[in-house]
Amino acid sequence: MEQTRVPPPGKRLKRVVSPVSLYPSKPLCLSDRLSLRAYIANRVTDKLTPIHDRIFCCRSGSAADTQAIADVVTYQLGFHSIELDEPPLVETAANLFRASCYRYREELTAGILVAGWDRRKGGQVYCVPIGGMLVRQPVSVGGSGSSYIYGFMDSNYKPNMTKDQCLELTAAAVSLAMERDGSSGGVVRLASISKDGVERRVILGNQLPKYSTH
Amino acid sequence: MNEHKGHKYIFQIVSGSILSWNAVLEGEANKVGYSLPAARKTGTTICGVVFKDGVILGADTRATEGMIVADKNCSKIHYISPNIYCCGAGTAADTEMTTQIISSNLELHALSTGRVPRVATANRMLKQMLFRYQGYIGAALVLGGVDCNGPHLYSIYPHGSTDKLPYVTMGSGSLAAMAVFEDRYKPDMEEEDAKRLVRDAIAAGIFNDLGSGSNIDLCVITKGKLDYIRPHDEANKKGVRTGDYKYKRGTTSVLTKSVTALNLEVVEETVLTMDTS
Repeated sequence: MEQTRVPPPGKRLKRVVSPVSLYPSKPLCLSDRLSLRAYIANRVTDKLTPIHDRIFCCRSGSAADTQAIADVVTYQLGFHSIELDEPPLVETAANLFRASCYRYREELTAGILVAGWDRRKGGQVYCVPIGGMLVRQPVSVGGSGSSYIYGFMDSNYKPNMTKDQCLELTAAAVSLAMERDGSSGGVVRLASISKDGVERRVILGNQLPKYSTH
Repeated sequence: MNEHKGHKYIFQIVSGSILSWNAVLEGEANKVGYSLPAARKTGTTICGVVFKDGVILGADTRATEGMIVADKNCSKIHYISPNIYCCGAGTAADTEMTTQIISSNLELHALSTGRVPRVATANRMLKQMLFRYQGYIGAALVLGGVDCNGPHLYSIYPHGSTDKLPYVTMGSGSLAAMAVFEDRYKPDMEEEDAKRLVRDAIAAGIFNDLGSGSNIDLCVITKGKLDYIRPHDEANKKGVRTGDYKYKRGTTSVLTKSVTALNLEVVEETVLTMDTS
């Protein structure tokens, strides 16, 4: 889909995001670089934002827009969860994102991946790209660097991989994208969400897998 | 579309010099209706650093109106609450008013909750207000303070995004200041080292950025005390004139002197009182 809008001024979160759906756990993976065109405002941004105990979102697009939406959804989901007196569904969280992103689609630049674990459907990944569509996928990538790894993900993802295989896959994917995309870089943040909780990891620049072509 | 342009660019690089590259880029961009991003002159260097016992905020003191220095010694470190201060870059009015509004609301909030205000609360209030105005309030802030959870430092951008980091810089001199930080920052520094680091970072902004200048203000916030040091360093004192173009009395010798008295008498006297009410 061709984006013909001129990007709005302000800080742009550009980067690669790729949660991979895996039963029972779900690794989320992000690289960190917040860029104000040529200047990197924050080289260690955490774009993996917790929305609830076992629900995370990966943010891409405008930093201000995605932070604001994430804050709103965190509040709405927390309230909903207290009303129900049970942990919320990932689908609910994704729908809350979709509601905000679709209603204000003209004003927002936000591409979000919602991922988490719940009792009903286990590990899930929902994609809410710019425009406010909502679709559940086993694997998803997003951000400016995602274009470089569609092929990699398509060919390397197999259903029913183990947790470690998934973590390796997402780390490799993000590293490859960081190598090619000027707006992505810094560190790689991984999160693995399962019934037992969330495991967060950071891969620093010098620990990244090396893929130099020359 | 991009592929076609790519060929043109390569041709122009080969045929022209690197110096004209920007001009070429601008020309190409203008043809399609885009303009190259303008340098954002916020005319300030502000920064903050988290050290062992608290945070230190630093700022220069120059306020510019276009190319003229409007105020040689303005205060850019604003009060939010006794344990939280905020440096402001961008439109001076916006930073001043925004910080005052949030300071006011935070005091009311503290009275309601019966607790010392937290830096995260101030951050939330600021980011939500700035996002509401979609970047039209040109306030880029460095918010720092110490609360029950320790020292915290946030950078807040005009569109409403925030970053929580151990060291931040904002303003037109931010690149110069960040270079100093990236070189010498260490976690858990002592107060004196941290003060020196902040002073050097602001100095880098003052001497390498035209939009920043004059003196260096510092604000040291720790659990027990607050030090608002203004100025911490008078980096730019006005020089003393070493010469004078005025001719001294007696340079020209008087040859003759004649005095003619003018006989005047007072015709009318009126008094106009000044309205000092």
